[in-house]
Amino acid sequence: MPFNSHALLVILVMGLMTLGTRILPVLIFGRGKEVPDYIMYLGRVVPYTAMGLLIIYCLKDVSLLEAPHALPEIIALAVVSGTYLWKRNSILSVVIGTVLYMFLVQSVF
Amino acid sequence: MRITKREISAALRTSLPIMVTFIVLGAGFGILMQEHGYGPLWSIFSGVVIFSGTGQFVSVSMLDSGPLLMAAITALMISARHIFFSISMIGRYKQEGKWKWYLYYALCDETYAMLSKDEGPVGVNTSGYRLLVTLFDQLSWIVGSFLGGWLSSLLSFNSTGIDFSMTALFVTVYIQQWIDSQSHIPAILGLVATLACRLIFGREIFLIPAMIIIIVVLTLMRDKIEKKGGAAHAV
Repeated sequence: MPFNSHALLVILVMGLMTLGTRILPVLIFGRGKEVPDYIMYLGRVVPYTAMGLLIIYCLKDVSLLEAPHALPEIIALAVVSGTYLWKRNSILSVVIGTVLYMFLVQSVF
Repeated sequence: MRITKREISAALRTSLPIMVTFIVLGAGFGILMQEHGYGPLWSIFSGVVIFSGTGQFVSVSMLDSGPLLMAAITALMISARHIFFSISMIGRYKQEGKWKWYLYYALCDETYAMLSKDEGPVGVNTSGYRLLVTLFDQLSWIVGSFLGGWLSSLLSFNSTGIDFSMTALFVTVYIQQWIDSQSHIPAILGLVATLACRLIFGREIFLIPAMIIIIVVLTLMRDKIEKKGGAAHAV
């Protein structure tokens, strides 16, 4: 495996940001200082916007115009959503959806 | 701090369902890393340095190339909820001494869900119990990712399409969040603003304008979102 310094940097930077969200609030507000309402509000609602953002990020290279017109994605996402609404088991839905998607892109489309 | 058989078995009982989930999901992450050319040692490194399932899954596509600033902002966006988690644990973790820094560093969603509920089982040393639950959760994630990467390096199979596991995982979280929240404005905003930015700005930089728009809209619509009790529970 060739040493990849960009990968190392990406992991360190993302780790630093993640650690910051976990430790900085304690360093700043640990001594009983009032937490600004606005910060608490963002901490509560941003996660609810982040999932939609990440889903689009995952699908950023999918094209509706070129064949197969996102059909593997549409079919697999429908199955993931359907099984999740039915069983509420995310591992089950992820495994079924991924296996189906791999089958679709490798053998069907 | 006291760690005896009693603390270990209490922590195991709490953590077991999480550990099973983490080993399976961790293995998925390890396989994905392996398929992108990053072996099990990279997965362990990522699990120690980032230790955020979502963050680590997203990082995979950024490892080869791409602006560091985008990686940083993406990680910040994904981890924003931890600000809220950590703040709500300040009272509970006050007397944990130097170990509390480990507890905060490794405070993932699932550990938070378990440890923010109560003081732990009766007759069990709370400090030892908290440390072990946090540790078991993190270790099972890291062990899972190592196993996934290692096993998939031994077997050879056509892995085309395996990246979809990440999309599928986020979709299940999205649906669960939708069910749990009264105001759907944040959920719709995230999806629509990002899609619009992808179409307008192209695939390279769309995340940054999308994040700016999201923060601005959340700020402007705060009254409306909070009145409906938008995201009362961040878990």
